[in-house]
Amino acid sequence: MYEVIGQVSRVLGPVIHAKGITKAQMLELVEVGEDRLIGEIVRLQGNEITVQVYEDTTGLAPGAKVYGSGMPLSVELGPGLLSSIYDGVQRPLEVIKAQSGQYIHRGVRIPSIDRQKKWSFTPVARAGDRIEPGQVLGTVQETEQVIHKIMAPPNISGEIKTMITEGEYTVETTIAVIKAASGENEISMIQRWPVRQGRPIQERLPSDIPLITGQRVIDTLFPVAKGGAVAVPGGFGTGKTMVEHQVAKWSDADVVVYIGCGERGNEITDVLQEFPKLTDPRSGRPLMERTILIANTSNMPVAAREASIYTGITMAEYYRDQGFHVAIMADSSSRWAEALRELSGRMEEMPAEEGFPAYLPTRLAEFYERAGMVKTLSGETGSVTIVGAVSPPGGDFSEPVTQHTKRFVRAFWALDRDLANARHYPAISWLDSYSEYVQDITPWWTENVDSEWPELRREILDLLQREERLQQVVKLVGADVLPDSQRLILDVCDLFKNAFLQQSAFDQIDTYATVQRQVKMLKIIVTYYRLGAEAIQQGATLMKLRRLRVLSELSKMKFSIANDEADKLDTLQQRLEREMRRLGEIYAGF
Amino acid sequence: MPDSDKKLYSAREYQGIQQIVGPLLFIENIHDVGYNELVEIRDTRGNERLGVILETSEGAAVVQVFEGTTGLALDQTRVRFRGEPLQLPVNREMLGRVFDGLGRPIDGGPAPVAQERRNVNGSPINPTARTYPTKFIQTGISAIDGMNTLVRGQKLPVFSGSGLPHNRVTAQIVRQAKIVGEEVNFAVVFAAMGVKHDVARFFIDNFEETGVLENVVLFLSLADSPSVERLMTPRTALTMAEYLAFEEDMHVLVILTDMTNYCEALREISTLRGEIPSRKSYPGYLYSDLASLYERAGMVEGSEGSITQVPILTMPNDDISHPIPDLTGYITEGQIVLERDLFQKGIYPPIAGLPSLSRLMKDGIGPGMTREDHAHIASQLFAAYAKVKDVRALASVIGEEELTPLDNTYLEFGNMFEKEFLSQKEDEERSIEDTLDIGWKVISHLPKEELYRISEEELIKYYGK
Repeated sequence: MYEVIGQVSRVLGPVIHAKGITKAQMLELVEVGEDRLIGEIVRLQGNEITVQVYEDTTGLAPGAKVYGSGMPLSVELGPGLLSSIYDGVQRPLEVIKAQSGQYIHRGVRIPSIDRQKKWSFTPVARAGDRIEPGQVLGTVQETEQVIHKIMAPPNISGEIKTMITEGEYTVETTIAVIKAASGENEISMIQRWPVRQGRPIQERLPSDIPLITGQRVIDTLFPVAKGGAVAVPGGFGTGKTMVEHQVAKWSDADVVVYIGCGERGNEITDVLQEFPKLTDPRSGRPLMERTILIANTSNMPVAAREASIYTGITMAEYYRDQGFHVAIMADSSSRWAEALRELSGRMEEMPAEEGFPAYLPTRLAEFYERAGMVKTLSGETGSVTIVGAVSPPGGDFSEPVTQHTKRFVRAFWALDRDLANARHYPAISWLDSYSEYVQDITPWWTENVDSEWPELRREILDLLQREERLQQVVKLVGADVLPDSQRLILDVCDLFKNAFLQQSAFDQIDTYATVQRQVKMLKIIVTYYRLGAEAIQQGATLMKLRRLRVLSELSKMKFSIANDEADKLDTLQQRLEREMRRLGEIYAGF
Repeated sequence: MPDSDKKLYSAREYQGIQQIVGPLLFIENIHDVGYNELVEIRDTRGNERLGVILETSEGAAVVQVFEGTTGLALDQTRVRFRGEPLQLPVNREMLGRVFDGLGRPIDGGPAPVAQERRNVNGSPINPTARTYPTKFIQTGISAIDGMNTLVRGQKLPVFSGSGLPHNRVTAQIVRQAKIVGEEVNFAVVFAAMGVKHDVARFFIDNFEETGVLENVVLFLSLADSPSVERLMTPRTALTMAEYLAFEEDMHVLVILTDMTNYCEALREISTLRGEIPSRKSYPGYLYSDLASLYERAGMVEGSEGSITQVPILTMPNDDISHPIPDLTGYITEGQIVLERDLFQKGIYPPIAGLPSLSRLMKDGIGPGMTREDHAHIASQLFAAYAKVKDVRALASVIGEEELTPLDNTYLEFGNMFEKEFLSQKEDEERSIEDTLDIGWKVISHLPKEELYRISEEELIKYYGK
């Protein structure tokens, strides 16, 4: 498949120039030199090309041969992707470890999907059927939870000439022959798709179902819809990776693609050790079974880091096309943007803001636009939700990557340095964050969880805003001068922050909260405010309110009441109402 | 080019270079040479210097000379291309020796006999081959053990400022660091980049006093060495560390000081080459470059040893958002921040309560490792100390007299925390139990109702005891 198309003329780190090019196309996959390092053509000029190389180029000298593949950088798609761990250009890291040990050496070539493993295939289509692109030909039980649909590739339609019978086959076995106008196509369980091109769909659908993450501050205050895109910006140490991990663990997606893009090696190890032990709260199966990991850590080649984001989203789209809801974690998109900047600099392009290339916003837009709730070619509903971490230098949100990302996402979870310093996690700021999906998903909450949800949510957000204004007064003159009715707001917001917004990822009970539990906890806190405000109006003092015995239970309810004991929250709510009423009665007479 | 050809070409010597700019040589009319490979340069007196190829094109190359270009002439300089990257001979006998930044002995002893020669650039560790670090290292310093626990295989930098006692704190960590109840063969790899002689002297004396010098390998590229040599120093040091940890199964503590000087050298070269600058004129690849150093820490499957990294860096103008500490913080697993305010109050070690962080702490503490109450008491101390900072800010506006009684209690707690918990003597080694007990002692100054991050059982067991 590979043929010599030219030779290296100049080596500049991960970017090389080659001349004497006979044939080449933009974004074509090439191999360079004796070690056959993988690269991609990023510029064509006369009979010269520029290639970004995905591996370390130490020792590469001018004169080395460049081999062309005739096709763009692509990924392999088929059964066996789930629970795998890949590098940025889809090389299986576990297999590499088995072959070459602790370190990743150059020039390793291993198929992305296991060629030996046999899958039990059940045909759905029959010989003689007319097949449209994306139509399901058969199914494979990939994991306990996921029935993998083998689809006709998006560019093939025609009549099935032969169809294999039910049985155990490897991924390369021809399962069907489709007769098209252009000739006969042999279809196997594996297909290839260029990573920089979105997979086709029938149409886009509105995103009106929330992606439930089990994280209270997200689901209740700043929800994201299935098919939505959200950015998580935060300086170092504010907990971006923890947020990404928590969403990857507990969200109600069918498939999760986790991209560790230019981040720490130990974080990937953490995921690898933790996910197989954790179980999906809905299916009871190990979380790893629904996860694909892409690890291009910060010390791995920079060009492959740039590719890793596309590799991940293409796999996500492939599962979306089978009718699954897929969530993709990109940690961190800033590292991807920096890889872009580094390569752009090596290609001596004219820089725009802070050295980033002028096409940064275009690339960001292309990436985030690949999220969405869609009707697939085969007529099913599937979605890709993107949760992209952003690492702004110095924690300053005015830098280009954060600013441009904001234009293309509809939810924004801003991580706050002060909250993180006080170890208030998740450190999602309730003042700077927003979600434009609230309107779209409100019907889902009122129909499936609680009709009061929008009202409760609005009320608590209003209290948080008022608290912020009051805090400015407090900072100048102290809390003592405020009337009890206003100090109650401070108290309630404190309670809300500690007992609701703050959520421990390491506590068995607290780490995940069902929507029912979330709404009941919210109701208890809002009730405390409503009745408390009433009692104060009737003449009770704040001190009396603070002495209510039920209060300490409120502040610890997140640890003490588990998801399956939600009715205990009802009891707590009743007790609160009773104690408050009694307090009110004492003063009612005066 | 096949390796055999490279060997053949490596015997070829060229005379004359076209251009010298700072530490960079531009050479033309040569054979095609490989990127990143080693170059030998011989000046008119026959003295050898080493360099590395930064850029190569047909018949021409850009070479960066480690020892600087002083005294090189255009036409009489001789150049040979080795056809291989810079390699460090490694063996166990190198323990106790002193080398320069490129791995050549400077203690008067003979060059080490190589059991093995290793490419100093290393290779990335396969993330699936890593073992997640969970072993608690007791440093005997409360601010670290109690609130920012160090674990074996972690990379935890010290962010300091000029004039702050980062060297004393680091020396104390080296002296006291141990795994409770375990005798191990350990080693220290010490890399100095652009620091002064007396700083290096301070560490060497310290190693000598504690009798560990025979377990230390030193790589010194001091302030008077050419700045380019600093770019290789951490790489040779980490290559040594990898050998000791993963081949000889030793537990290696790597001290890199001062990373700021390393980054300055990187900027210098980048500017000379006319590369497009990024923030504060540092090159756009500063993050990737630092990552290629910091990520060479940890533990791997199939090997008993470990590399724990403690890089030291001074924040220019005490600014934590400066690119060097900023990018470092994004790569390392937390940071120990030294604070000028505490230092001026006479508190040693002046480890800042809030911005310091250890990301691997969660997995290294708790029952069986430290104590069951550790996570909660640490979290509560952070929360309470954050509140102290708020109250102090308020008090500076309205005066302490106007504060509520509770706020005053917080102020008292803040002072106790700094004087009793953070502060300790330079030779004081506290066990983790002592650290946690002191933590309880100071937190018990606050009323029980304020301790919302601590469970009922823990309050009963420890509060006010």
